Amino acid sequence: MRQILLSHGGGGKETQKLIKDLFFKYFSNPILEKMEDSAVLEINSKIAFTTDSFTVYPIFFKGGDIGKLAIAGTVNDLTVMGAKPLYLSCSFIIEEGFPIEYLEKILTSMSKEMEKSQVKIVTGDTKIVPKGFADGIFINTTGIGKVIYEGISAQNLEEGDCIVISGTVGDHGACIMAQREGMEMDSNIESDCESLWDMVEKVINSGVKIKAMRDPTRGGLSAVLNEWALSSNVEIEVEEDKIPVKPEVQGLCELLGFEPYTLANEGKIVFCVDKKDVEKLLTVLKNHQKGKDATFIGKVISKGKPVVILKSPYGTRRVMEFPSGELLPRIC
Amino acid sequence: MSKVDFLKDFRDSKRIKAISEIIYKEADRSINIMEICGGHTHTIMKYGLSQILPPFINFIHGPGCPVCVMPKERIDHAISLVQDEKNILVVLGDMIRVPGSESSLAKERAKGKNVKVIYSPFDAIKIAKENPQKNVIYFAIGFETTTPMTASLVNFTIKDQIKNLFFHVNHVLVPPPIRAIMDSKEAKIDAFIGPSHVSVITGAKIYDDIVKSYGTPVVVSGFEPVDVMESILRIVRQFKERRREVEIQYTRAVNFEGNVKAQQLIDKYFTTRENFRWRGIGDIPYSGLKLKEEFSYLDAEIVFRDILPSKQVDDHKLCICGDILKGIAKPYDCKVFAKACTPENPLGACMVSSEGACAAYYKYGKLELTL
Amino acid sequence: MCLSIPSRVEEIIEDQFAIVDTMGVKRKVSLHLMPDPVNIGDYVLIHVGYAIAKLSEEDALESLKIYEEIIKELEKEEKAEILGDSYE
Repeated sequence: MRQILLSHGGGGKETQKLIKDLFFKYFSNPILEKMEDSAVLEINSKIAFTTDSFTVYPIFFKGGDIGKLAIAGTVNDLTVMGAKPLYLSCSFIIEEGFPIEYLEKILTSMSKEMEKSQVKIVTGDTKIVPKGFADGIFINTTGIGKVIYEGISAQNLEEGDCIVISGTVGDHGACIMAQREGMEMDSNIESDCESLWDMVEKVINSGVKIKAMRDPTRGGLSAVLNEWALSSNVEIEVEEDKIPVKPEVQGLCELLGFEPYTLANEGKIVFCVDKKDVEKLLTVLKNHQKGKDATFIGKVISKGKPVVILKSPYGTRRVMEFPSGELLPRIC
Repeated sequence: MSKVDFLKDFRDSKRIKAISEIIYKEADRSINIMEICGGHTHTIMKYGLSQILPPFINFIHGPGCPVCVMPKERIDHAISLVQDEKNILVVLGDMIRVPGSESSLAKERAKGKNVKVIYSPFDAIKIAKENPQKNVIYFAIGFETTTPMTASLVNFTIKDQIKNLFFHVNHVLVPPPIRAIMDSKEAKIDAFIGPSHVSVITGAKIYDDIVKSYGTPVVVSGFEPVDVMESILRIVRQFKERRREVEIQYTRAVNFEGNVKAQQLIDKYFTTRENFRWRGIGDIPYSGLKLKEEFSYLDAEIVFRDILPSKQVDDHKLCICGDILKGIAKPYDCKVFAKACTPENPLGACMVSSEGACAAYYKYGKLELTL
Repeated sequence: MCLSIPSRVEEIIEDQFAIVDTMGVKRKVSLHLMPDPVNIGDYVLIHVGYAIAKLSEEDALESLKIYEEIIKELEKEEKAEILGDSYE
């Protein structure tokens, strides 16, 4: 099997060959191919700007791989600020000896994922480190998007506002957990890893007023709602039995003693909207393949006390904790 | 397909509500109920069951979390063992976060020491076979539920002639700490909810003596909220009808005799220790197990005795875990609760594992604090 | 620690092992501690990789029956109360 060698990162002939034969094959576009020291872009608008590094292990998991995640993650970070994703940068840190076949597989899924939201990688970098200095491959992507919807903020929540989640929670976290080394379990839990711009664009175009919007990645639904409660100084009440959870994700949580709402998602969005917009939002989401399990899960019930409450169907209440103190593997 | 959904049917909100209503109708006196097992503490807090019970039904959270009750000197043993590069320590679950006198296994692992978390004792065999030049030490913890798995592992070690797998045994028993708590006089306990899965192994027979000695009803309960509610109803009814007996609510899994095969395996390899020191409670005679003498060549406490510290370590001065376990204090009564003592940085036994009383209050009980 | 989730036996494999399914998650578990023979379709309790007991469907149904009776009893009383109210 062909492998990445230290010489591939030396800046000489081998580096050029790697870039031209491999990266250009999958990422080709006129701006990238100029091969200048930086990409020159023209955007006449407010822009959103974000960065994220990806170290997930295992690098190939059910429903995706580190490459798909690296595109979807950054696209979604732009998306939840109401920005249409346009350009990405992409840096690889690769461990010496990494199979080129794996790298190609990762590049293929990156290129496929970029097509979904029409974003382009316009600048990039590759470093090769000696064996043992990294674990396989790490990827960083940075993204620029054009803001087409303004005013989204975690500080916008008011009494009476409604919370909607675009689908089942915990899929990505549970998937990675199940495939973790030593678990020896077999399940069909797939990561939900997915770019969501096309779905959110439909919501924006529908005229629904989005007060707050987040992708619940690390820390899950619980982290997003707790951050909102703090930023807006409000009490949020969630009905526990309405939170959509796939049975096998629930099963894994039972086995390991986790709560699905603290597990990571990579293809979901939590919305906060005015009560009058809930029906419309649900209709738009449910008409989209990625939002078919969208559910209204709770409400902002009062001001002045930042806390998230889980309400049971038989009337008891408890705090939905900020996730903490868990021993989590590398999930993204 | 089964006609029963063994999980959902016992979490059904209509059933929980109905039993709650009946308890409100029938309960006529204050009852302090100790749920012995941490799993029940977890269920009570997670499902907020005290919110749908009369205020005079009071829960006292018992000592049934094997991770929590592990004294510091035992952790110090584990830490000493991994200082030698030739040793690999394998351990189940959240044991690695428990602080010893100076460090924890998690901190040692971060320093690069050989600490491996496993999900089943079988993984210990695999690790031993993959590392023939190393000594693999299984740090065995748990109540009667987890002891038969260690016994089975000992059985395989002998049968497969695995020469590099050793056992550091910290198994403990349920009845002795209950007796220790009841004998302490300060304890204010009227009835017990008996552990689910300990009882699957031991059978409900082990609680007979408790009822006889202390006149306290024991109801062996399942872990789901409907189970716990029904068990409380059964306790209420015992008091109304002036009965004091061992009852099994968890009939779908527990009988009086228990899993005899598992019991025989335990008896084959283990014997009681004269003393075991419990975090939060102190010394309790005959409350722990060790390998029988003929298997001392597998016993890490004997094989590695030269490197194991023998110092006893006292519990943290401000920690009131002992009182919480006896039922004379609640986690909120503790000065350091949620301040100096948190799940990320536990000082005392009850905060250590997610099944400990303080950790459960920290995670689920904040509502009462914020309201 | 004492977590133990009901799981369905899917397949019996050699050397006293079985594949069980817990809400869609499949795992290999040991049957070495089971006192009685285990069959496909049985529900068992699993603790750290070992099956420790068969769950009795019959006893579970018995429990469910008790709950149904409690619910019926309550509904009857409620109805009686409502009737009582309307006559006042």
